[in-house]
Amino acid sequence: MASVTYEHVYKRYPGNTVITDMNAEIKDKEFVVLVGPSGSGKSTALRMLAGLEEISDGSVKIGDRVVNDVAPKDRDIAMVFQSYALYPHMTVYDNLSFGLKLRKTPKSEIDKRVRDAAQILGLEPFLDRKPKALSGGQRQRVALGRAIVRQPQVFLMDEPLSNLDAKLRVQTRVQILKLHQRLQTTFIYVTHDQVEAMTMGDRIVVLNNGIVQQFDTPQTLYEHPVNLFVAGFIGSPAMNFLTVKVGGDGQAILTGEGFQIPVEDRILSEAGASRGQEVIMGVRPEDIKDVRFPGRDGLPKINSKVEVVESMGSEIFVYLTIGGKTLTSRMDPRSSDIEPGQNVQVAIDSHHLHLFDPKSEKALVSRGAPAAAVPAIAEAQAQQVR
Amino acid sequence: MDGSLGLIARMPVLQVDWGTLVSVNLPTLLFVVVGVPLALVGYIVGADVLVRQLPKRSQPSVRPWVWVGPAIIFVGVILVYPMVGTIVRSLFDRHGSTFVGLGNFTRLLTDGGILIVLRNNLLWLILYPGLVLLFGLLLAVLADRVRYEKTVKTLIFMPLAISFVAMAIIWQFVYYYKDPSEPQTGIVNAVLVNIFHGQPITWIQDTRFNNFALILIGVWGATGFAMVILSAALKGIPAELLEAARVDGANEITIFRRVILPLMMPTIVVVGTTMVIFALKAFDVVYVMTAGNYNTDILARRMYDELYSAGNNANASTLAVILLLAVVPVLIFNLRQFRAVEERR
Repeated sequence: MASVTYEHVYKRYPGNTVITDMNAEIKDKEFVVLVGPSGSGKSTALRMLAGLEEISDGSVKIGDRVVNDVAPKDRDIAMVFQSYALYPHMTVYDNLSFGLKLRKTPKSEIDKRVRDAAQILGLEPFLDRKPKALSGGQRQRVALGRAIVRQPQVFLMDEPLSNLDAKLRVQTRVQILKLHQRLQTTFIYVTHDQVEAMTMGDRIVVLNNGIVQQFDTPQTLYEHPVNLFVAGFIGSPAMNFLTVKVGGDGQAILTGEGFQIPVEDRILSEAGASRGQEVIMGVRPEDIKDVRFPGRDGLPKINSKVEVVESMGSEIFVYLTIGGKTLTSRMDPRSSDIEPGQNVQVAIDSHHLHLFDPKSEKALVSRGAPAAAVPAIAEAQAQQVR
Repeated sequence: MDGSLGLIARMPVLQVDWGTLVSVNLPTLLFVVVGVPLALVGYIVGADVLVRQLPKRSQPSVRPWVWVGPAIIFVGVILVYPMVGTIVRSLFDRHGSTFVGLGNFTRLLTDGGILIVLRNNLLWLILYPGLVLLFGLLLAVLADRVRYEKTVKTLIFMPLAISFVAMAIIWQFVYYYKDPSEPQTGIVNAVLVNIFHGQPITWIQDTRFNNFALILIGVWGATGFAMVILSAALKGIPAELLEAARVDGANEITIFRRVILPLMMPTIVVVGTTMVIFALKAFDVVYVMTAGNYNTDILARRMYDELYSAGNNANASTLAVILLLAVVPVLIFNLRQFRAVEERR
């Protein structure tokens, strides 16, 4: 059990910087997810912590110890690989015990730990089998088991679920979370799947182009994304973005192509947006509402045309065009009568708007939270890291 | 021994008389270029027409034989028939008239000269595959870790492209001996004399060293081959597996011993047994370097000698059968292992 700290970490290859000034303080026993699109540097960040990649600059600490020059075997970490990386010539039992044998753990202790892990993961019937004779899910569990028996200070997982089918992925996700609760150890988990990140992480590091965009709890990421990238990356279906112009006399109005949304002056002043300025408006799919149902009477109606309807049973995704732009709306089953080609009226709740600066792509205001709070959050993180 | 310069001088100068070549060989050439494909097509078409005359039901069982037929005939005529003939001859006396049973075998295997031949073959059998594997593995692993890997591998692979005869001539220069009063021009003796201040050694004639010197030539020739195949096997091991071992707590030597080596073992066995077969078949190096003198003779060369110089069919056949008996088990093992490697993919 230990904390993990990235301090001004850089990873450079000749002519290419993969990680730029990464700072993150991961607390002891925390489950932190590194998420980002492919090429964002998330795996590299993890591999630097594992000692499989050299750190070009800055330092990585496990607990209080700087591990930059410590060999992987001496870092007291265990890693689960995407391909599982099981030793094909060893039985499951030998795969699980390999690390312990190398550490000269007493035989009886090895046996106890292996059997414990096998019991937790339901691998007991397979201990004498070779990996080739196991299914994908079983192999995945062996990979987990190999990490468990080591009782490391930090668990590292590099996309461990991406080779499983959808159903098994959900099951294993729960299993890993349970494991985390049971082991009370720091987990660092890499994934490209924001759903996995949201459901598993205590906190999430969002990476893009090797730069940490935001490091916060899933709820904060969702409600207060600090920039356009995080806003667009977190949440499924993704947030809708529209370019609007601030205008209006008396009451402020956001004017886009084919619609106008009155907003409170307060929101604009918090955003620091002056009239006449163009901003990017972000709307979560669930904030585009079918006006026919109660509670939406006060909202201004916007005409839209339905393109595609996807029914999920518990909810409906409606793809609408407003002023030539396609938006995604998440509606409840009451709206299931909506059909493609139909014209429907929708409303956008101005209290749940996100506004972004088109140039810097930074959030001006999000969900009506005081604009000042957003930089404050970012700064607080920066402080925390230092 | 007059050395390699003499040997080169004895080699005919290559002169091509294109006029004669074309005029003499034109019919042959035409026959090969036109006749052979024509005959093949004729066979295929003709045979298929014949097969189609058969009742529909028996066609599928007949057709495969039409296709493998020529191959079976060729194998029978140029492989099986001579083999049987050789075995039969090994049981008769040198004129092929009197049946002597295993007499040839008992006589040869108690002959002091043949015993030395067998000893040499045993040396080849152990040292040649062993050293080829050792160097091949070492080079494959080391080359994997350098930036100029391709260049290194090309250089080491190159000897394989040289014929054994040319190789032997190159090594005659390497092992060249000159009287201690003169400067040594052979590199081995030059190093021995100038760096280690020793006496030059007649590597080819000195019975303490010559077998090893000859085996080393073979090893030099085959190491590149082993390296390339072992290197491919090494590259087939996923990088994540080695990383997993590293995180698991293994150092580089442990990783090699416990992960890399076991995973390469099937390939090592295949290369090893192939080298054993090569060792049993070894002929050219000894033939060119010593012609079997100075206690360096080996079975294959001796067989050649018995057949062409002594004209002793019985002895030659007997030696051939001894070689065959030695090769067959290795061959079977090799094929099995090869199949096992294929299955593992």
